Amino acid sequence: MATFIARRIIGMVLVLIVVSFFVFLIFIVVPGGDPAVRIAGRTANDQNIENIRRTWGFDEPFYVQYVEMMKKAGNGLRPDCCEEQQSELRSQTNQLNVVDQIKAGLPATLSLSIGAAMIWLFFGVMVGIIAAVRAGQWSDRLITLVALIGISMPVFWLGIIARYYLAEGGLVTLFPDGGYVPLTEDPVQWFWHLLLPWFVLAVLFIGFYGRVMRGNILDTINEDFVRTARAKGLNPRRVMIKHVLRNSLIPIVTLFGLDFAAVLGGGAILTETVFDLHGVGQYAAQSIRNFDLPPIMGVTLYGAFFIVLFNGIVDFLYAYLDPRIRPT
Amino acid sequence: MALAFLVIFVVIVAACALAPVYAERIAETTPNANHVTDKVRVSGELRDVISAGGTYTDPTTGELRVRAVTILGPTWWHAGGKFVLGADQNGRDVAVRLLYGGINSLKVGIGSAIICTFIAVVLALLAGYFRGSVDWVITRFFDLIWAFPVILLAIALGSALAINGFHHFGIDIEAGSLWIPTIVISYVLIPYIGRPLRGQILSLREKEFVEAAVAQGASAPRIMFSEILPNVASSVLVFFTLIIANNILAEAALSFLGAGVQPPNPSWGTLIATGQTRITTAPWLTLAPGLAIVMTVLALNIFGDGLRDALDPRAKVRIEH
Repeated sequence: MATFIARRIIGMVLVLIVVSFFVFLIFIVVPGGDPAVRIAGRTANDQNIENIRRTWGFDEPFYVQYVEMMKKAGNGLRPDCCEEQQSELRSQTNQLNVVDQIKAGLPATLSLSIGAAMIWLFFGVMVGIIAAVRAGQWSDRLITLVALIGISMPVFWLGIIARYYLAEGGLVTLFPDGGYVPLTEDPVQWFWHLLLPWFVLAVLFIGFYGRVMRGNILDTINEDFVRTARAKGLNPRRVMIKHVLRNSLIPIVTLFGLDFAAVLGGGAILTETVFDLHGVGQYAAQSIRNFDLPPIMGVTLYGAFFIVLFNGIVDFLYAYLDPRIRPT
Repeated sequence: MALAFLVIFVVIVAACALAPVYAERIAETTPNANHVTDKVRVSGELRDVISAGGTYTDPTTGELRVRAVTILGPTWWHAGGKFVLGADQNGRDVAVRLLYGGINSLKVGIGSAIICTFIAVVLALLAGYFRGSVDWVITRFFDLIWAFPVILLAIALGSALAINGFHHFGIDIEAGSLWIPTIVISYVLIPYIGRPLRGQILSLREKEFVEAAVAQGASAPRIMFSEILPNVASSVLVFFTLIIANNILAEAALSFLGAGVQPPNPSWGTLIATGQTRITTAPWLTLAPGLAIVMTVLALNIFGDGLRDALDPRAKVRIEH
């Protein structure tokens, strides 16, 4: 088990290095103009640009620049860092510290993703169970159709429509119109502002999880161990809960881990943008629009970290839930 | 049931393909033609495409009032096929732009699905057939893309390429080209097909018929493409259908964030992106392309689902009550 964990951690670090290098490469191979010129602004002369190029290190070979950027990103994680601005990872457009900006967006992103995840997990599993129990009947067909409609909607479009029809300034004022209120400031407003984004983000996943759950239950219910349990004369409800549901939930755990990590790691970029939540995803969207490499690098690493981390957690949970699979 | 939705999808594709005919013969305009100052006869009544705003004096009270600029809404069929879905802020015909946008969205969606499926199938066949180190390299490649926050990667790639295009390794792609979103989307989705297929092929590789083919001295490409591939063809077909649906959504998301199809080229995503700023005064600008996406993607999803039920007997299992 210890070697398994050690191997996973080494693998994680390797993946993060490759991912960061890859992002870096995208911006070297596909340059969007000289970053020094952009930082210098409109009134700069050649000497200014040259100075900026030197202090930011744009004149170095690209692998040196890469190592420098990684060092800076690492520095940003230390709380007592740094006296000099040059040793922090800073945005090329507004010179703000990238790690601080990600930290500032974290409460909004965490609130959005955890709330939405709870909603989609609960409703997704419920929808799946109801559809499976009614398999073949019209109610199953109806649920499946609604789930499919949920999957087929672009999340940003749903967000725009929801805002227009249900939020302030639209047709009916049921919810506040976008924005994020910190939980520590006003819990009621926090909840009230997030309710619409939660559901908009969750709709897609509810449909998806419902369908996966339904399929899993229908597969499991014909397994031998379920027939054995029934043959033993166990209460059908008990068979359903202890045997069928437990096994049907295993693939859901994998999916959930990966999806939750993706949403946490900036995957909620569209929902955050539409509802103006100022989370990490929206920060990434802005940085991409400005073609600002350091923040994009920061957010990508942050997102990849969560994805790799949750991949590992999922593997452990998997082994716990299904004794047939053990890490080797 | 599923076939009915295939028909719906085909009808949508045909409608988009006929966009130039519709634009020329019925709507009598082009996707970028500007009708700001024109008037249209709707149910016999002459109306401005874009009404003039400005101020006027109220005749009864004598007060100065402001009249807002209004955009012509959907005329349905009351204007003889013109402005069926209304006009946009530049006086362009929304229905015509919707169909032209559909061409681009479908091109990107279907094109990226073909490229993505092709690459994923070849990689999965190589990994599953040769196993060992080839498998290791390909699996790591899948892992790498998998570890990326997919949407961030797509947006970063899309917006990076949208500025200058791609001019390396003898390949020249212009900045506004449809190839950019197509390639970006197909690239980031390769592992979603490649991974499950590789698993299936690895287990097929152990089957007797493959051993028999090896014993007969069949070449590697022959075994991969004419022995193994037909056995996964039904999965590939299902993946292909569902990935088109997925890619149309991905195109919309990318274009919405400005990293996909570039203006003035319309696509369903860019239409929503430009329309959303006017949602309170002209909601049809946002509703029409959104509903077009939902209908197309839903038709594909239901068809893909039906196809899976038909091709994969396990999915037909029903509860014994």
